[in-house]
Amino acid sequence: MANSFTCNIVSAEASIFSGSVEQVIASGLMGDLGVLPGHAPLLTELQPGPIRVIYDGGKEDNFFVSGGFMEVQPNVVTILADSAARAADLDEAAAQEARQQALRAFNDKSSELDYTRAAAELAEAVAQLRTIQQLRKKAGKG
Amino acid sequence: MAAAKEIRTQIGSIKNTQKITSAMEMVAASKMRKAQDLMKASQPYAKQIRNVVAHIADANPEYKHDYMVERTEVKRVGYIVVSTDRGLCGGLNHNLFKAVLKDAAAWRDQGAELEFCALGSKASSFFNKYGGKLVAAKSGLGEAPTVEDLIGSVKVMLEAYDEGRLDRLIVVHNEFVNTMTQQPVLRQLLPLSPDMGADEQDDENARPGSWDYLYEPDAKALLDNLLVRFVESQVYQAVVENGACEQAARMIAMKSATDNAGDLIDDLEMVYNKARQAAITQEISEIVGGAAAV
Repeated sequence: MANSFTCNIVSAEASIFSGSVEQVIASGLMGDLGVLPGHAPLLTELQPGPIRVIYDGGKEDNFFVSGGFMEVQPNVVTILADSAARAADLDEAAAQEARQQALRAFNDKSSELDYTRAAAELAEAVAQLRTIQQLRKKAGKG
Repeated sequence: MAAAKEIRTQIGSIKNTQKITSAMEMVAASKMRKAQDLMKASQPYAKQIRNVVAHIADANPEYKHDYMVERTEVKRVGYIVVSTDRGLCGGLNHNLFKAVLKDAAAWRDQGAELEFCALGSKASSFFNKYGGKLVAAKSGLGEAPTVEDLIGSVKVMLEAYDEGRLDRLIVVHNEFVNTMTQQPVLRQLLPLSPDMGADEQDDENARPGSWDYLYEPDAKALLDNLLVRFVESQVYQAVVENGACEQAARMIAMKSATDNAGDLIDDLEMVYNKARQAAITQEISEIVGGAAAV
């Protein structure tokens, strides 16, 4: 069991995932990063995007977070997500719609919506789409 | 019969009150279940972020965030007091305010000034009466408060801390022990105290002092965000826990009110029956007396 560690994913509303995994791949603020057992202690902010956890034996699960923090300790990884969802729950149509809306608000600077919020919404929608597309690709391959 | 009629109206009005209190009891019972679910749902996040922050406090970071440094002189203490919006929940708020005042008096004796942030309308009206310096207030949080509702008032306190207007920040709320028991707790949020996560800390990871994290992007930006998030989540947890306490306390208060109304009705019915019996006896003796006189 030396090559597995505990991973906890929690969001403000609920505990999303907790269990023993072999690898966690998250999208940090500086780029994607994979965490294996025995990783040095690390704290990073997370970008909106997918989180992949790979179990012993290669099976994997996808989650979506819209930002948050990840703490890595040698034998435990804690992900504090702003809001997290199982990637399979994501609805592509809803994500597309959100992206369109964000883009509209983004372009229409005269509108009441403030610019930073629109940018954040856009980033989130794009990240959701990225998660879905990643899932698609894998489904196509398998 | 005048006395009997009066008693009957009294019984009627008590019965009406009893109906209201028993309805409120049932409403509170169903709301309590929801509030408890909300409290349980947000617990993992609050617990995990507390663990992470405890790890940070344990570590030997290259960059000491302002929130992590104990200030030598405590000149001003800030309290975030979490209360309910509505009354009729027994001594819940009263006990909480008593706990605050006791702690505040101790600080005042040491020469510290006090500032309060009131969450819930009961706290703001209390501090208006009591005369504490109220710097932020938020009420009308409802049954399902969100973190967004709280950000504003928390920010006021954090800014005060950043500017050095506060040297210590304490959150006060009721702790949900079980349905029958709620007790006020005071917890220091800032500066981070090392014993904060002690009870939850898994000992495998406790290697105090000698290590540091790798930070991405950099320690300052990261800790700034993380610690603000930490304070917000602790305050949010306090608010939802207090919400569960409110409903439980109201349920108990209304249950005892209903029981008391029942006792009162029983007593009054006894008095009423006696009065009625006395009136009948008197009438009979009058008739018998009248008949004998004829």
